[in-house]
Amino acid sequence: MGIFFALVRRELGIAFNALTGYVVVSFSLLLAGFGLMDLMVRLNSDRTDAPITEMFFSEGLIFWLILILMTPVITMRSFAAEKALGTYESLMTAPVGDWQVVLAKFTGAFLFFLLSWLPMFGVLIGLRQVTGQTEFLDPLALGGSILGIAFLGGTYLSAGLFASSLTRSQIIAAMISLLIGIGVWASSLRPDTGALGSERWGRILDHISVTHHMVDFARGMIDGRAVVFHLSVTIFFLFLTHRVVETRRWK
Amino acid sequence: MLDTSPMIEVRDLTKHYPGRIAVDGISFRVGRGEIVGFLGPNGAGKSTTMRILSSFMPATSGTVKIAGYDVFHEPDEVRRRIGYMPENNPLHLDMRVRDYLKFRARLKGLGFGASRNRVDCVIDQCGLRDVSKRIIGQLSKGYKQRVGLADALVHEPDLIILDEPTIGLDPHQIRAVRALIKDLGKNHTVLLSTHILSEVEMTCSRVLILNQGQILADDRVEDLENRFSQDSRVVAEIVATVESVRDTLRDLPEIESFDISAAAGDYLRVSVSARGGIDLRPLIWELARQQGWAVRELTRTRQSLEDIFIHLTRRQKGKGR
Repeated sequence: MGIFFALVRRELGIAFNALTGYVVVSFSLLLAGFGLMDLMVRLNSDRTDAPITEMFFSEGLIFWLILILMTPVITMRSFAAEKALGTYESLMTAPVGDWQVVLAKFTGAFLFFLLSWLPMFGVLIGLRQVTGQTEFLDPLALGGSILGIAFLGGTYLSAGLFASSLTRSQIIAAMISLLIGIGVWASSLRPDTGALGSERWGRILDHISVTHHMVDFARGMIDGRAVVFHLSVTIFFLFLTHRVVETRRWK
Repeated sequence: MLDTSPMIEVRDLTKHYPGRIAVDGISFRVGRGEIVGFLGPNGAGKSTTMRILSSFMPATSGTVKIAGYDVFHEPDEVRRRIGYMPENNPLHLDMRVRDYLKFRARLKGLGFGASRNRVDCVIDQCGLRDVSKRIIGQLSKGYKQRVGLADALVHEPDLIILDEPTIGLDPHQIRAVRALIKDLGKNHTVLLSTHILSEVEMTCSRVLILNQGQILADDRVEDLENRFSQDSRVVAEIVATVESVRDTLRDLPEIESFDISAAAGDYLRVSVSARGGIDLRPLIWELARQQGWAVRELTRTRQSLEDIFIHLTRRQKGKGR
């Protein structure tokens, strides 16, 4: 367990020793600012019953922009940079297990990801203070949003980790995970169910639609199917990553 | 019982990369407490062998045992006993020296208190006290190399494997690193690779010469030099007449041939070849004493490791073509 924590600490340390961590956080802060502006415009234009979290996290594009752009930047270096620098060799010749490395890298990325969302909640809480409306932020909706961010983040980060394990180039790793990320998001955006010609396919796509999941989470509705979906995708990608790390032993 | 087993036992180790053979059926043993130099030109298979020994990657065939543990089946046991410094000494450049060493110590399974003690210990041992709070990326190459060595030592391994530890250093730094390695040899088994021949001569007790994935020589450095010094010559500069020298040397059975030429001053330069590789110096000295020759030089020209190395690797190249 000591080894695992040392590795997680190292992963978090990388982000803040170098500039990348601060850049990612400031970038998401900047986007949060745009999100707030967008929210203000919409709140001023018409009356709505939707919870503020839903407006912020699922209707606005800002959330998706942050999720899709931020996760590849967080994960791209995890394996690729170590391979390019050669520290991968000193890491894998220390008495650490392959699973320990994969899980520690995931945990590190995940914690950093959650940390970088803090400014976003700061924005919402700030809004509440300014407007002076206590019912402004529904705790259930807020909790749901946090869970949604965590589950979607897990899915995107594990895909990014997998991409990073495939290559020694951070840019290629980022491109692969960006491609996966955009693909998953785009497949959720169907203008109408009829486009595919089949009602059944439409329903299946609705089940795996990340945008649908996020709408539910942001409303404070925690759908077990969405939770299972994201957990299993995360585990699947971590499993694939572990296999890639392990192939070193069979080459 | 394990303590009597050799530190490294390699049997028929082979490693294929797609399209080429990096290591071609090598076998060797390294006993506890030896400092062994792995010598070979670039691409001879040194790094590949070391990577297999440190259980970073598996062999295509053959077995490797470190302190009795198989590198493939018991990698964790092996890794705990090895301090490995990979080629080009990769380090986390964004970390501070002490933090990095502490991180590595934790990774190698040392507890919180133990890692602090050991880090202090290796910082002193490797002369890093003055830079322990500096960021590794800003250190000179010599210091970085010492950080790499400190990392290899931090968990008190039985075996230290160093892949080209002095590459890219200036002569002062090389000297410091070599002294450090020699010092390590007192308590640890050390396997180091290099293509600098003088390094092996200076630091190692035994040398393994590797070329094109095969072991060409495996011997103690002195024995190797003796073995290849069969045709060694002794050069003496003496004051005597050419005739007296010729008459004296002609009758000796130990001498195969000799050559006399004039040297600066009144001296003669006599170079003598021995029969059967024996050292002629005592004999010549005795003769000079009996004959009353004045001697100002008496040297045995031995083949240096460099000559042996060039000789061996060239011979193999010739065979290969």
